[in-house]
Amino acid sequence: MNKLQRIGATIALAFITAFANAQTPDNNDVMRSNGKIYVVMAVVVIIMIGFFIYLISVDRKLRKLEKQS
Amino acid sequence: MMYKIWWKILTIVLLLYVASYGFLVQVPNPPGVPLQQSIRNLFFHVPMWIGMMVLLGTSLVYAILYLRTPSVKYDIFSSAYATTGITFGLLGIVTGAVWANYQWGQPWSGDPKQNGAAIALLIYLAYFVLRGSMTDDEKRARISAVYNIFAFFMLFPTLWILPRLTQSLHPGGQGSEGNPGLNPKDSTMAMRSVMYPAFIGWTLLGVWITTLKIRTQLLIEKNVSHE
Repeated sequence: MNKLQRIGATIALAFITAFANAQTPDNNDVMRSNGKIYVVMAVVVIIMIGFFIYLISVDRKLRKLEKQS
Repeated sequence: MMYKIWWKILTIVLLLYVASYGFLVQVPNPPGVPLQQSIRNLFFHVPMWIGMMVLLGTSLVYAILYLRTPSVKYDIFSSAYATTGITFGLLGIVTGAVWANYQWGQPWSGDPKQNGAAIALLIYLAYFVLRGSMTDDEKRARISAVYNIFAFFMLFPTLWILPRLTQSLHPGGQGSEGNPGLNPKDSTMAMRSVMYPAFIGWTLLGVWITTLKIRTQLLIEKNVSHE
């Protein structure tokens, strides 16, 4: 595991604990308001971040290949 | 330009803004208008078409450039932009069908805008059939550049003229306000503050994906010429 992965894992685990704490049945929080639409927002944001990471990794790989040739 | 980073960061910032604030922004919900929250599709469905038009327009420019000075580079650019453009169009038509299912009662109502968009996409699909059917590189590049110009100008009647001439479920048809994409009077300033970044962001995403395709093709081209 390199340094970057370790930092990433730490942040991810920190988020998991935050979500775990949010599991208490409190119907007044933001995520459960407006018919839980913000859950969809969170999903969309995560998907887009995922695709951006993918795009960036392809971009970087191409850059490496371009330098080689 | 293709290798610069700033506009890729701009893409990410704009789209994350759209994906988050697009859900948070207040949308008008006037009584009698059944759109309700689904108007937020303005930030996702409509930009697909804007992106498609920009990408296909860029494809057209490179097709013309190819015909002026035949170079493999222009052909690669033109076909890559057309591919991403049509991908955006297909996503637009599928997301439109989902929205229409809940808004107009069925995924496909034979609305003039829907039919026009389908015809436009089919004309472009023939572009790829045409490209795939030829093995001679130069011939393929030249003929597909000529066809590309024809295909682009078919967007004028199918997307921009015919849907305005008859009654349409989309905005902008005969007897309704706006253009075939949207009705500006229905969108508030707050919505526009998401709509325009969405148009720019999604289009830039299309350009980014296209440049990756172009760079791959250029690398392949380079390796082939080295062998």
